[in-house]
Amino acid sequence: MEGLNEKPLTALMRPDKAALSLAEYERAGGYQALRKALKLAPVEIQRVVKESNLRGRGGAGFNTGMKWSFVPMDSDGTKYLIANADEMEPGTFKDRMLLEGNPHQLIEGMIISAFAIVATEAYIFLRWEYALASERMSKALSEARAKGYLGRDIFSSGFSLDIKLHVSAGRYICGEETALLNALEGRRAVPRAKPPFPQVSGLWGRPTVVNNVETLSNVPHIIANGDEWYRGLSRSKDGGTKIYGVSGKVKRPGLWELPMGTTIGEGLKLRCLIPGGASTEFLTEEHYSVKMDFDSVMEAGSRMGTGTMIAVDDKTCPVGVLRNLEQFFAQESCGWCTPCREGLPWVEKTLSAIEEGRAKPGDLEVLEMHGTSLWIGRTYCALAPGAMEPLRSGLKLFRSDFERHIKEKGCPYKAH
Amino acid sequence: MLSHEEKIEIEEELKGAPFKRAASIDALKVVQRHRGWVDDQGLKDVAVMLEMTPSELDSVATFYNLIFRRPVGSHVILVCNTITCWMMGCDSLLKRLTERLGVPLGATSADGGFTLLPVPCLGACDQSPVMMVDGKLYGGLTPEKVDEVLKEHGWKG
Repeated sequence: MEGLNEKPLTALMRPDKAALSLAEYERAGGYQALRKALKLAPVEIQRVVKESNLRGRGGAGFNTGMKWSFVPMDSDGTKYLIANADEMEPGTFKDRMLLEGNPHQLIEGMIISAFAIVATEAYIFLRWEYALASERMSKALSEARAKGYLGRDIFSSGFSLDIKLHVSAGRYICGEETALLNALEGRRAVPRAKPPFPQVSGLWGRPTVVNNVETLSNVPHIIANGDEWYRGLSRSKDGGTKIYGVSGKVKRPGLWELPMGTTIGEGLKLRCLIPGGASTEFLTEEHYSVKMDFDSVMEAGSRMGTGTMIAVDDKTCPVGVLRNLEQFFAQESCGWCTPCREGLPWVEKTLSAIEEGRAKPGDLEVLEMHGTSLWIGRTYCALAPGAMEPLRSGLKLFRSDFERHIKEKGCPYKAH
Repeated sequence: MLSHEEKIEIEEELKGAPFKRAASIDALKVVQRHRGWVDDQGLKDVAVMLEMTPSELDSVATFYNLIFRRPVGSHVILVCNTITCWMMGCDSLLKRLTERLGVPLGATSADGGFTLLPVPCLGACDQSPVMMVDGKLYGGLTPEKVDEVLKEHGWKG
């Protein structure tokens, strides 16, 4: 199918937004990649995926094949593969579309990925609020079991796998892969110390790989068409396409699958963009020609993150934006480490004071201090540093807005 | 005492669990499904089935946003108040909801009909502002549409 060569992840999706049925998926070549994969050696699949330069779509952008290669291949006993479907990064709504629109694509990707690390048990870790996705994934999993895509001795390959659906009970930190493991074990979802990394000691102390939904959905296409084809889809060094999204102050919010490295778009009449979820630095007009891939956005001083941009117009108060973001992070801090648990509420209160005209001298310095004391290396996981990314860049970019709030004792945007 | 149905459903969850505590969140959800929330006695009874202490299980129950350790109304409204919905006007929805139900965010209406809670990003930012009632998502909302949604769920204002 022609569209599959441009938009492998979404070309098959139905315009009415119903889930692609198993029959439709099979007719379009679905589960053929699985048949092909099971005839290859697991390390060969790891190599192809590594060479394809598929980078983790959860936001960190680590090379997927490389991540898999840290799993010990000579160990006996259970290994686990987990699809991270706990999509909760503010402004991010791409995995929802993949889960609801083409559940079998994810299942096929999971079976191939599990085979690549010889994992015999797999989970989909789904957030509770994705009720429609839960219903559709459950149905698709039953269909896959009935057809023998899941279960014992898949296609007489000797490889067995089942996928269980775990519906979480809601906490942003569950998206952090080691916190996710604790949640699956029925514990408080606080992050774990690394090392050991999950690939060596993960769920119940067994080797485990956690991959994002979009990442795993790419895998069947890479196996079907090869790493060279996959790299060719991209306009940059990173392989493949990317599901980009825009929400907020734009005419047409939505999602688009485009070549990795597509530029942000020129001529936008916006104050700024938050490029990839709440925990990334602001980008402004001068950056709209930046290619949206992991390295290029990094060079521009931010992170691509989830690739779903939040557009902020010039009628929206940047102090208000930051206050809303930090309120979210303060609420969702798991409370495990002191800088995050105590620092984020302090940041939120300080921003509220500035926004509401109760600022005290030294408040900007308090915010700046947190930008350092909650930064990378000072906290247990990436939540607080992620919360500091928009704050640090906001303090630089919107300094005059902060000063006006303090001088005028309130929010100048509310005056009119 | 757990009801017969609750016990059977929790035992079903335990079947798929490699260790009993792995079923803790699912077991709590079973109780919540039947009672609307997880009361102290329910928590203690589940702890016995999972071979955990009640405080150990409560440390799990209180960690998660959607396990309710206090009574909630017949319908639970989750309103997204995170960045995109905030920019697109969730405050006007919240204003309308608190007026109609006569309670602030975080509380249950006097007739026990509705509990109003904030929720982090519902992952439907292309339809902002959004809210969820009893697991059903509503997008592109205005204060007027909020009234319609309330009526759909039996609000008689």
